[in-house]
Amino acid sequence: MSYQKSSFRHPNLAVNDLGLTHRDYEGSLSTLCSGCGHDSIGASIVQACHELSLPPHKIAKLSGIGCSSKAPTYFLGKAHGFNSVHGRMPSIVTGANMANRDLTYIGMSGDGDTAAIGMGQFAHVVRRRLNMLYVVANNGVYGLTKGQTSATSDRGSKSKGGEENLLEGIDLPTLAIQLGATFVARSFSGDKNQLVPLLKAALSHRGFAFIDVLSPCVTFNNHNGSTKSYDYVRDHIQTASVTDYVPVKEEITTACPPGVCRDICLHDGSILRLNSVAENYDPQDRAEAIAAIERHKAKGEILTGLLYVDPAAEDLHEVMQTSHRPLNTLSESCLCPGNDRLQMINDSFR
Amino acid sequence: MHSIKSVNEFVIRFANVNGTGSASANLLFAKSLFRMGIPVSPRNVFPSNIQGMPTWYEVRVSEKGYLGRRGGGADIVVAMNAQSLAQDMRNVLPGGYFLYDSTKPLDPALVRSDVNILGMPISEICLREYTDPRQRQLFKNVIYVGALAALLDIEFEVIKGLIADQFKGKEKLIIPNIYALELGHQYASTNFKCPLDVRVKRSDQVGDKIMLDGNTATGLGAIYGGASVVGWYPITPSTSVVEKFMQYAKRLRIDPATGQANYAAVQMEDELAAIGCVIGAAWNGARAFTATSGPGVSLMTEFLGLAYFAEVPVVLVNVQRAGPSTGMPTRTQQPDITACAYASHGDTKHVLLFPSSPKECFDMTADAFDLAERLQTPVIVMSDLELGMNDHLSEPMQWDDERRYDRGKVLNEEQLDEIERFGRYLDVDGDGICYRTLPGTHAEKGSFFTRGTSRDRYAVYSEQGDVYVDNVDRLTHKFKTAATLVPPAKITRQGKGQKIGLIYYGTTAAAISETVDTLTEKGIKVDSLRVRAFPFGQEVADFIDSHDQVFVIEQNRDGQLRSLLINELEINPRDLKAVLHYDGLPITARFISGRIEELLLDAGNKKSTRNVASR
Repeated sequence: MSYQKSSFRHPNLAVNDLGLTHRDYEGSLSTLCSGCGHDSIGASIVQACHELSLPPHKIAKLSGIGCSSKAPTYFLGKAHGFNSVHGRMPSIVTGANMANRDLTYIGMSGDGDTAAIGMGQFAHVVRRRLNMLYVVANNGVYGLTKGQTSATSDRGSKSKGGEENLLEGIDLPTLAIQLGATFVARSFSGDKNQLVPLLKAALSHRGFAFIDVLSPCVTFNNHNGSTKSYDYVRDHIQTASVTDYVPVKEEITTACPPGVCRDICLHDGSILRLNSVAENYDPQDRAEAIAAIERHKAKGEILTGLLYVDPAAEDLHEVMQTSHRPLNTLSESCLCPGNDRLQMINDSFR
Repeated sequence: MHSIKSVNEFVIRFANVNGTGSASANLLFAKSLFRMGIPVSPRNVFPSNIQGMPTWYEVRVSEKGYLGRRGGGADIVVAMNAQSLAQDMRNVLPGGYFLYDSTKPLDPALVRSDVNILGMPISEICLREYTDPRQRQLFKNVIYVGALAALLDIEFEVIKGLIADQFKGKEKLIIPNIYALELGHQYASTNFKCPLDVRVKRSDQVGDKIMLDGNTATGLGAIYGGASVVGWYPITPSTSVVEKFMQYAKRLRIDPATGQANYAAVQMEDELAAIGCVIGAAWNGARAFTATSGPGVSLMTEFLGLAYFAEVPVVLVNVQRAGPSTGMPTRTQQPDITACAYASHGDTKHVLLFPSSPKECFDMTADAFDLAERLQTPVIVMSDLELGMNDHLSEPMQWDDERRYDRGKVLNEEQLDEIERFGRYLDVDGDGICYRTLPGTHAEKGSFFTRGTSRDRYAVYSEQGDVYVDNVDRLTHKFKTAATLVPPAKITRQGKGQKIGLIYYGTTAAAISETVDTLTEKGIKVDSLRVRAFPFGQEVADFIDSHDQVFVIEQNRDGQLRSLLINELEINPRDLKAVLHYDGLPITARFISGRIEELLLDAGNKKSTRNVASR
């Protein structure tokens, strides 16, 4: 690579519980277009992981193919990464998670990688309730192949060349809720204040956490007529609730008056506090969550924030009752039944 | 009338309707001969259907130990399917026997004067004895086994013992089953001259052998080989590999203290996801595998290319069936040699193992995990429907308790501490195999990006030509290392200096001893070589070099292994003659020896023609 990231760091950078600064969570220098929403998502992931004091090397970041899938190179440089094949990250992360339940899994995907070629794998990783964070950097366009319309592009949205999309766009959060995701949110790469707490909550959630992040493509989908441009998204965003993430160690000092805010306790004891709840929105009501997304869509609005959460649901390991010790640490003594057993098995075939 | 006379050397064919419970009765028959020490090879010939279509079960009984399919007609046909009576009658050899349900009289047009026809009113007996329609159906099968016991002189105590074993824990079922056996036995003893001229006699040819299907042995091989993650998708004829794995894992892989599972078998949404799951688990340091058949391999090829290029250990079991496309899903072939050896776009090559018996299914599957982790690449176990789904006489499975898994070159935290700079694709040892790290090993060192894109020795993305060539040439070098690690070919010689060589692999093995004997009787002496793996070892090239005429025997149309030999060992195509059988039934010694004789005659004629011309 022709560019090297400077190793210079400010001496007074804030350190987390592990004594690490946010620089310890960064990756290599981005090669995405300047102003790309995906880089903002990466920066939010860096901040969320830093603030949660997750050991960077205990995170695995996996992706498919596309601009979004290149993004993991640009955050969490101390974590192993897997840039797999187009639309197939969900199966890779399923196997990885089965092998080692102790790591934190971040899947980074795009709208093409998830809603088109990867739709089948996406649907099934959701219904398996794999314990992971699945982020879609959603820009409604194929960037790496230079500007083709994607499956999440809204009907009526115009391409850079002025062509109108005549087909229905897929709403991924709706789909994720229907398929059994236990944490579903939508956010905007341009709104770190909303995105970072959502990421922190999603990373603390046990089970399948999905965040659809509108992430404008500055090169191919940021023009007038596009419904995924910075301007359009800013003008049409509606927040279901403002989410605060309160880690386990912090005491909650302010009470939560009903009707104004709502506290949801996550599996690890941390608290999700939802403020300024729109229309008394209940994010633990699946049917209502889907209805709310539809209602806002009908008004031309994009509903963001935490859309649905079920903090008590079991993840795939619990369903399958797999060993609490990661399977990749088991040795011969646990795995191999030995020759005596084999001779008994032989006898059963005589 | 002439009657076939034979003791312990015959073929019996059962014609049934699928879904009527005949399979377990037929297995009871085969296993009773096995327990009398007589070598048997049973085969199901079944449709891709659940209920109502014709299905056949053929048992070859061979004191000589010829356990390949014999081919041709059967000495005895048990015709229990009204739909296929005409076909089944045609199938009886002259002088053979035709046992049918005479409740409904046999169409006189079907009667053959050269066949001994034995009519037994089985439905009538069932109607008389049972009121429950399901019992009437199920016990029909047991009744004909009872009749065969009398007709063929099978030791009744042996069958009773098998029934007692089969219904262990469900003792209530033993008495009615034995009663049904006796009904058949009694009818046959009273109404036919028992035993027939074709019959069995206790033997000592079985020894300590076991009888099981290859898929069960493969599933067990994966248990013993330490597989802890399975991603899978059902497809005939591979499904039972994973089902057996799970069945044994429920017994052998549950932690007694916690009740937790020391394995995870995830049924994925398709074959793409199945191999993806395996790649993810193996990348993360668990031993993982999947099993599939041809159509699944086609779907997995993109991922196989990723695993090859990104160097992730993968174990894939391919239980082959007749292709192309959906082909004949319940018929056997060896049609995926090319598709697997070179699976995926770009320059790719994969390690293949060719088991030929259940014992080898067990060994090679367990070994595949060592090989895959040592070589950091996919290893494909090439079974087939004949091996996987039929019961075979096999050497018993063995496990050396001293054996330790070869986990390959994986750096731990301490080793990473000692290294100046970790390079995922640095060929430190010069064997083309690099050191890998597992996610989460070290706080500061060893992380890298696994990817399908070209990268340099430090795993950094690169599209520079020299960097790319450096990497793919190392992969070629690694494949050469693989040739030294895979199981070598097995060579059998008929004395020194034979000029004719046979090359074969997989289930063709069952027909080879009979082929060699048949050819020897005709004065044709041959050496033979059984290929057990790809890449080929030097011994394969030497064998071809040291024989004037080499026949490559395969169960596919295009001579796929022959092409692979020509391509990989730079053999002149004229030096390898193809002997190809591909109708979906297992290859026979009759076919092989017949074809070789033809080809030898052809070659002889050409030679003499040439000689004439040159004069």
